[in-house]
Amino acid sequence: MSQKRLVQIEQEILAKNGMFADGVRDELGSQGVLALNLIASPGAGKTTLLVETLQRLKGAFPTWVIEGDQETANDADRIRATDTQAVQINTGKGCHLDADMIQRALASLSLEQGGVLFIENVGNLACPAGFDLGEAHKVVILSVTEGDDKPVKYPEAFAAATLLVISKSDLAPYCDFDIEACVDRAREINPTIESLVVSARDGTGMTEWLGWIVRARQTQLQDLAHSLQARMDIIRNALHA
Amino acid sequence: MHELTIASSLIELASDHASRNGRGRVTGMHVRLGVMCGIARSLYFCFGPATRGTRCEGAKLHIEEVPLTIFCEHCAEARSPRSLSNLRCPDCGRPSRKVLSGREMELTHIELEDEAPHPVAQARQTLQ
Repeated sequence: MSQKRLVQIEQEILAKNGMFADGVRDELGSQGVLALNLIASPGAGKTTLLVETLQRLKGAFPTWVIEGDQETANDADRIRATDTQAVQINTGKGCHLDADMIQRALASLSLEQGGVLFIENVGNLACPAGFDLGEAHKVVILSVTEGDDKPVKYPEAFAAATLLVISKSDLAPYCDFDIEACVDRAREINPTIESLVVSARDGTGMTEWLGWIVRARQTQLQDLAHSLQARMDIIRNALHA
Repeated sequence: MHELTIASSLIELASDHASRNGRGRVTGMHVRLGVMCGIARSLYFCFGPATRGTRCEGAKLHIEEVPLTIFCEHCAEARSPRSLSNLRCPDCGRPSRKVLSGREMELTHIELEDEAPHPVAQARQTLQ
């Protein structure tokens, strides 16, 4: 006779990914590196925006890129052409990057204090939203050629993001894309989401976008300095107790 | 498409717990899924094939869908928004960022069946 038993588990299904993500966050935190997870559909202009961003950030602070695509190293090649260190991850049939992939990729990057790591996720507005990669912020990029109702159609990506970047603004006059309506829809899902309108081609909004990155980096470094200071205070107090 | 990743993580998690609880086979999994995850139907679809060749093969998947609720700071109460793409309080209309439920993805229970002895061995035992 077989015996049936019910075993209580009560565990997050993606607990393992969460563990890897915590590991990545610790490693980046100890290096003082800001990581941004860029999420967008295929063709939203992620790589073009990234290439322009890296060129403009040259000399400001160190930058690295992790590229996620199902196939090819085309994107990493485009990034390397800007003299930026890049790792290409090919997910094969996988539709998103996970934190384990990021942890492995970090091993081949020479990270330095105070730099910024850009993670370009697999082109997909749905699946990457659910996977914590250990980043500081998720940034969702939406081009004006895609339709201003995307926040309603793919709410999770907009709910999880800190910043919405509306890209290819130079094409706006040729598309029926209502920027204001799009931002309003994103705010229905995520009231605190920030937004920017950019064009990597004509330079619109690039200053604001770079300013946002610089501020995010400063905030993270300040937080890191404060927590290190607090730890030092605890140790000093213990020493003099 | 990431439902396959969720299914694989689920099977891995259940198999780990099953091995810690003896040599039994997993015959059922009970999962809580928030509506925001939006993968209940596709998870049912890919679950069977994903269990093939694992100790969860043939297990039945039971999904409890968790509705979306937010905390409205103005009303100081939990509320159910009208749709998944509008997280405003349905009463006062103010936006809320505090999602109380609807994003869960948890394995709550597994059903284990301890392996039955081989029928021939069982028959021999009866004869003896």
